[in-house]
Amino acid sequence: MNRLLPFIGFMLLVGLFGFGIWWNTRHDPNAIPTPLLNKPAPAFNLPKLYEPAQTVSKADLLGQPYLLNVFASWCIECGVEHPVLQAAAPTLGVKLVGYNYKDAPADAKAWLAAHGSPYALLIADESGQTAIDFGVYGAPESFLIDARGVIRYKHIGPITPEILATKVKPAIAAMLKEAP
Amino acid sequence: MTRTCLRMLFVALLLLGGAVHAQAIEPMPFKDHAQELRFQHLTHQLRCPMCQNETLADSNAPIARDLRNQIFKLMQQGKSDDEIKQYLVARYSDYILYDPPLKPGTWLLWFGPLLILLGGAGVVWAAIRKRKRDGAGATTVGEIADDGEDW
Repeated sequence: MNRLLPFIGFMLLVGLFGFGIWWNTRHDPNAIPTPLLNKPAPAFNLPKLYEPAQTVSKADLLGQPYLLNVFASWCIECGVEHPVLQAAAPTLGVKLVGYNYKDAPADAKAWLAAHGSPYALLIADESGQTAIDFGVYGAPESFLIDARGVIRYKHIGPITPEILATKVKPAIAAMLKEAP
Repeated sequence: MTRTCLRMLFVALLLLGGAVHAQAIEPMPFKDHAQELRFQHLTHQLRCPMCQNETLADSNAPIARDLRNQIFKLMQQGKSDDEIKQYLVARYSDYILYDPPLKPGTWLLWFGPLLILLGGAGVVWAAIRKRKRDGAGATTVGEIADDGEDW
């Protein structure tokens, strides 16, 4: 028995490290859990990308749920996410609002012209000031906000077809079921 | 002669390197030196959410620059260090703090090392006791040496 002890200790360590590797393949170790989950979304008032004279506030969007997608033309992973959003937008069940983050409006428009726009509404946060209130630290990030303006789900990083099917759509379905 | 030249060149390069590094973080219009020190102290305690191995003070990520500007703005408004930390934690969670607060979710983090230490101490204690018990009955040196082989 005593002779086996070091081996058992070694196997425990193998198990521990193996668990660590497995855990990190399932979870993004850099994703910061948002403290805003199930709390009211921060108030904002941002200009529309195509009509900067008009602004959109949180109050304007109350009454119907929406998926707020933070993107930028400089963000490489947004290009990965874009076709997924474009394919999903018509059957998403909620309005898709584009949040153009720290981008020159001309760059954003050129990018959307080249790739197409899945968004029903586009707002621009050129300075990134409002994004701090949302706890945004990169792009892409997506917030599911319900009709009462509460953040129901957040995804950090690109929405892949797998994330869409296993996380985003169930979150939307759960939200719509609860508050028709 | 050439050695002096080389030495001067070396010093000049060193100074230049320092200057370039200082340029990486844009200067801010601090009220006085005390406020600048307070800003430096505070931003060194906070983690950049984008590149989590860097402090807000060191990081060159766009979000770190934005957050530094925001912290500067809050300081001008007369907010205390704790209020600024609360402001950031409300948006970016405890991850932004390099010194995590003591709460149920971080008990393992705070007391885990102590548990492992106690576990190790327990194993050592048990081993010593066992060896003493075995050693008390043993009369020959060979037996004790044989027992020691297991460890």
